[in-house]
Amino acid sequence: MIGILIRRLFSALPILLMVSLITFGMIHLIPGDPASAIAGLSATPEQIANIRHDLGLDQSLPNQLLRWYVNLLHGDLGRSLLMGQSVMQVTLLRLPVTIALSAYALVITLTLGLLSGIVAALRQNTWVDQASMMFAMLGISVPNFYLGLLMIILFAVELGWLPTGGYVPLTSDPLGWLITSTMPAVSLALLLTGLLARITRSTMLEVLRQDYVRTARAKGLPRHKVVFKHALANAMIPITTVVGIIVSLLISGSVVTETLFSIPGMGQLLTQAVLNRDYPMVQGGLLITTGLLVLVNIGVDVIYALLDPRVRYDAA
Amino acid sequence: MPPDTTLTLTIEALDDDVPLRRHNPAWLALVRLAHHRLFVTGLVLFGIVALVAVLAPWIAPVDPNKLAMRAKFLPPSAEHLFGTDNFGRSLWSRVVWGARLSMFIGAAVVAINAVFGTLIGAAAGYFRRLDNVVMRVNDALMAFPAVLLAIGVTSVLGPSVNDVIIALGVVYTPRTARIVRASVIVLREMDYVQAARAAGAGDFRILRKHILPNAMAPLIVQLSFLFAYAVLTEATLSFLGVGAVPPTPTWGNIMAEGRQYMIDAPWIITIPGAALMITVLGLNLLGDGLRDVLDPRLRVQQ
Repeated sequence: MIGILIRRLFSALPILLMVSLITFGMIHLIPGDPASAIAGLSATPEQIANIRHDLGLDQSLPNQLLRWYVNLLHGDLGRSLLMGQSVMQVTLLRLPVTIALSAYALVITLTLGLLSGIVAALRQNTWVDQASMMFAMLGISVPNFYLGLLMIILFAVELGWLPTGGYVPLTSDPLGWLITSTMPAVSLALLLTGLLARITRSTMLEVLRQDYVRTARAKGLPRHKVVFKHALANAMIPITTVVGIIVSLLISGSVVTETLFSIPGMGQLLTQAVLNRDYPMVQGGLLITTGLLVLVNIGVDVIYALLDPRVRYDAA
Repeated sequence: MPPDTTLTLTIEALDDDVPLRRHNPAWLALVRLAHHRLFVTGLVLFGIVALVAVLAPWIAPVDPNKLAMRAKFLPPSAEHLFGTDNFGRSLWSRVVWGARLSMFIGAAVVAINAVFGTLIGAAAGYFRRLDNVVMRVNDALMAFPAVLLAIGVTSVLGPSVNDVIIALGVVYTPRTARIVRASVIVLREMDYVQAARAAGAGDFRILRKHILPNAMAPLIVQLSFLFAYAVLTEATLSFLGVGAVPPTPTWGNIMAEGRQYMIDAPWIITIPGAALMITVLGLNLLGDGLRDVLDPRLRVQQ
């Protein structure tokens, strides 16, 4: 297992290198002079020169690239222009918030998505199947911020059951966290639940038609044993690969969910950074988030290899 | 009538070179799509939005940015079909013109993907030496979460409709290219392609005549879902305030502005949100139908 992990980490290096190169290059794609664009219209020439110097834009491109990677290896992603703190520091403060919210949404997604997908497959072409697939279709079609807004109107404003937004850290008040995070997590999870339910259903239908399932049924095993031990165990293999995609979509979705519910996570941080032209923050935030996602995908791959003995990354 | 005449006629009919409609694969696909209930539902939903978008200048002649401070926050009525917003602007006009922008942006992103996704995917899939380099960049772009990359690119380019289109193109073209590449890699090794090569056909002729036509089905399916993602992501960007600048009437902008008034004037949010949902739902149903009919490999068993 350690072998697989190490091999996968190595094979991810080119992607990480390319991702960091793209984030480095971003700032140079700003039309015109990046420094004056960042400084804004009312900036004095000195201010522009300062920004140019701070961001190293006064050096040659190879030097900038060298500096970028040397700093990167030291975990230094520069300073946020807006907050003055180091990008790494701010990110490490905000990241746990997003991770906690995403984990909550992931739990909802896995529970509801797998369950409804399995039930739909077992009751194929009945009203249960049709209802859960209709629900899944709606799930993948309702924009999560629209759902969030509707939930705020219904549960916070009309019924007064849950707060409209705000955030309580999980570590200081777990119950408070649960109360403030439930609406964001549910609105975030719906799309992915629909996605997972659809994939689970079609995978289960495929597996249920296999000979080994028929054999298991024929030898008189009880239905639940066949479904869970024979069918689901095999269906989990393709489903696992989807989890990596789901986590990426969760992070995408959390950008707008955090803004909507005023949750101080990575998504809100990046949106504010973009609105304020805080490019070091945008670059650093993008790089760290994407790097973590690559690691998550490696984790998924390793689980995949563990689930399916046929998969071995010897060639990689 | 002697019996042999009928026989001759039958043989003649069979030998006839005029292609029979029911043997034409495109016609067959159309017939099957017409019988696919969900596809037809999706087509109707999407068709309504597309029609509204095309007819915007005639059905919503009031300028979507025209202020009327004395007619603020009017609820939907016969006079103001969708009510008015915090500046007294006609929400009907704003939502209708928003449909036009959404459709324009969606169509533009689909066009970018159809052209560049096909070119990049075909090049990477067919020419082995290009594959490694192209796919490395492709995979790196796909590693970014879609919305994050989109806001990153708009932060660099700027907040206009064109910049949003470019950003969405950058985010989604790698995904399209990957799908085209996957088909091309399989088709490249097919016997009929080898035969064409043996017969002396050049690379570009093989790609154009033999490979790409057969790689179209998954591409078309992908593009219909992509239209939905593009519309959705554009709305998300506007809602966050990093898309087309207000007061441009995009659905996301309308909803972002309506957010502070959602308790007293919920229609400012619910109506554009519903329009967005109908569009995305229509496109998703459309995509499902196309996949069922065109791309049986991926078919969800009925």
